[in-house]
Amino acid sequence: MLQIISLLMENKAGALMRVTGLLTARGYNIDSLTVARTLDPGLSRMTIAVDIEPHGRRQLIKQMNKLINVLQATDLTEGPAVTREMVLMRVRAAQEARTAILKEAEIFGARVVDSTIEGFALEATGDIEKLDEFINIMQSYGEIEVTRSGAVAVSLEAKKLRLSPPIPRGETVMAEEKNGVV
Amino acid sequence: MSQLMSGAKILLECLGREGVEVIFGYPGGVTLPFYDALYDHPIRHVLVRHEQNAAFAAQGYARSTGRVGVCCATSGPGATNLVTGLVDAMMDSIPIVALTGQVSTKLIGTDAFQEADTFGITRSATKHNYLVKNIKDLPAVIHEAFYIAASGRPGPVLIDVTKDVFMGNAHYEPVNSIHLPGYKVYTEGHTGQIRRAAQMMLEAERPLVYAGGGIVLGNAHDELKELVELIDAPTVCTLMGLGGLSCDHPNFISMPGMHGSYAANMAMSGADLLIALGVRFDDRVTGRLAAFAPHAKIVHVDIDPAEISKNRNADLPIVGDLKRVLPKLSANVKEIQSETGNPERPGLKQWWKQVRDWKEEHPLKPVYSTSEIKPQHLMAEIDRISNGKAIVTTDVGQHQMWAAQLIRYNAPRLWINSGGLGSMGFGLPSAIGAQFANPDQLVFSIVGDGGFQMSLPELATLMNYGLPVKIIVMNNGYLGMVRQWQELFYNNRLCSVTLDSFPDPALLAGAYGFKGRTVEQPSELAEALQEAIQYNGPYLLNVKVTPTENVYPMVPAGGAINEMVLGPVQPAPVA
Repeated sequence: MLQIISLLMENKAGALMRVTGLLTARGYNIDSLTVARTLDPGLSRMTIAVDIEPHGRRQLIKQMNKLINVLQATDLTEGPAVTREMVLMRVRAAQEARTAILKEAEIFGARVVDSTIEGFALEATGDIEKLDEFINIMQSYGEIEVTRSGAVAVSLEAKKLRLSPPIPRGETVMAEEKNGVV
Repeated sequence: MSQLMSGAKILLECLGREGVEVIFGYPGGVTLPFYDALYDHPIRHVLVRHEQNAAFAAQGYARSTGRVGVCCATSGPGATNLVTGLVDAMMDSIPIVALTGQVSTKLIGTDAFQEADTFGITRSATKHNYLVKNIKDLPAVIHEAFYIAASGRPGPVLIDVTKDVFMGNAHYEPVNSIHLPGYKVYTEGHTGQIRRAAQMMLEAERPLVYAGGGIVLGNAHDELKELVELIDAPTVCTLMGLGGLSCDHPNFISMPGMHGSYAANMAMSGADLLIALGVRFDDRVTGRLAAFAPHAKIVHVDIDPAEISKNRNADLPIVGDLKRVLPKLSANVKEIQSETGNPERPGLKQWWKQVRDWKEEHPLKPVYSTSEIKPQHLMAEIDRISNGKAIVTTDVGQHQMWAAQLIRYNAPRLWINSGGLGSMGFGLPSAIGAQFANPDQLVFSIVGDGGFQMSLPELATLMNYGLPVKIIVMNNGYLGMVRQWQELFYNNRLCSVTLDSFPDPALLAGAYGFKGRTVEQPSELAEALQEAIQYNGPYLLNVKVTPTENVYPMVPAGGAINEMVLGPVQPAPVA
């Protein structure tokens, strides 16, 4: 089963590269990665799904928290969290299978977003494993084409976000630092 | 009362505010506007002969002073040449700021002349990096860069500035505050943990202080001395920590690790408490991790939370600045001592006897010969002249290990070497930075004949700026450390390790306008070194040493550190 790392970071050029760089430098493969801005447009939320053993993951998250652009990196594997993914799928359906496909879609709570003579386009959300099942079943009806969004997750615990206050850079402060006062 | 200024001038203004006095650099196309502004600015520029050496020189400056070193290169090849120096600074946590020029914003991504993705290339080579495409961002970026480089666990920061930013004009307003919400620096340490650590130090029977580069970087040498004396623990300093506790201090044992002393490694293996201060449990120190310090509980103090339990699990972690945490530890120790009446610790007494025995059994001592100069003899002579006070920079390899083993460093920031990355060609350029920062100090650059030839162009820089660095080439005609491994682990099949055609040092130094000479006889060595240090200016002393001498003790790769090879394997006696 995959583990989920959630990051709150500054919405700046290069921030994404710094995070993924930590993974690639250690030879870890990213299963999925999503990133979008938060309520504060200056910040982004990133969700990464990976498969890394616990010691390596702890180390990695510490390194992520060291990145200047990262405000907080959390391992959602260990605490309560909700993870969802979306899949968009095109199913080629023979005339006689159309009803069965719609029934199946209903069971998984999927919606039809387009319907043509050849088949349907479906949209489904759910946890990763549920979508795997849905995709499996749909494959049994014939040729399908799938685009997955990658996991997005939210922690169910309120985690205290500690941000560093502004750092004064006036002449006196800087001179004192040079003299080892601060 | 803001002033309309060019980006180049704004950059210099901000560097001035940061107290920068010297930049080690090399100009080029896109940095022309910057160099034009530098023309009538009081900040000095030292023209090195290769950008890699600009980064090493900035490191020498930073390592010997604790201040941020600054280097500068142009776009493309200038920037890519800096990379080794940046990674080197990253590995040893050295605060430097690198300025690079970038092609104009509108040309980025067009494969323009001398364009390289400096921002991308140096991402993993720096603690943080910036690409400045808007002149308005420039002042804050510069102050952020210096703050990030010097604070917390120090490291290199690179600022890539486009040519249009250098040339553009903006109203300059000094920045009085910077905002880095995600940058966390932990300094104080957890009060409860500190109390428990103090307790452990007094309860341990076989405590050992394992002090690393963090002591030097954090200027915590006085604080270390106080603690060591309070708890009276034997102390080992790692390669990066040498000088953190004076080598003449009675509690100092020596360096542990692959080429550490017998006593240091045995003490590591026998301790019941390891007080790890500003160290990262590097593989060159621990040997086989599973067998490292098997009886010891670990107290680990480090400013970087990511170092805690990275390689060895910490029984008691403290995240904080050693400069702040060590006095608190000492205060707690004193408190407990006064509460308990500081009883005799028979276990500790026994432990000291054991450690002293180990020291006597196999001391680190020079080897002499009457027919050839032993490399250890050379180091012993330099030690005698230095008497713990000279700055010594080295390259990487055998000479580095002997210089670490046999020369005393009685203060921090005297011993300057590339520890983590192990970059050859580091010794001479770092000596340039160190000598520049410490003009009145005796600076030895001890290099091998291999690494020296990687930094040859900087002989011109020495002469150019009148830097009286004493270059001591420990010349064994080989890439000695690689040869040693080929001898010991590859059946002595020596492949590409012979360094023939070493230039005549008198001619070489003479070509640059200073003095050089070769010495081969043990009887001449002391006098030759005297001549070198008395010479007014740089000096190149080529010391021909025993070609096939090996560094011992040695822990073979993958071995436990108490399984040392103490010397050359002797042939079995004939019955």
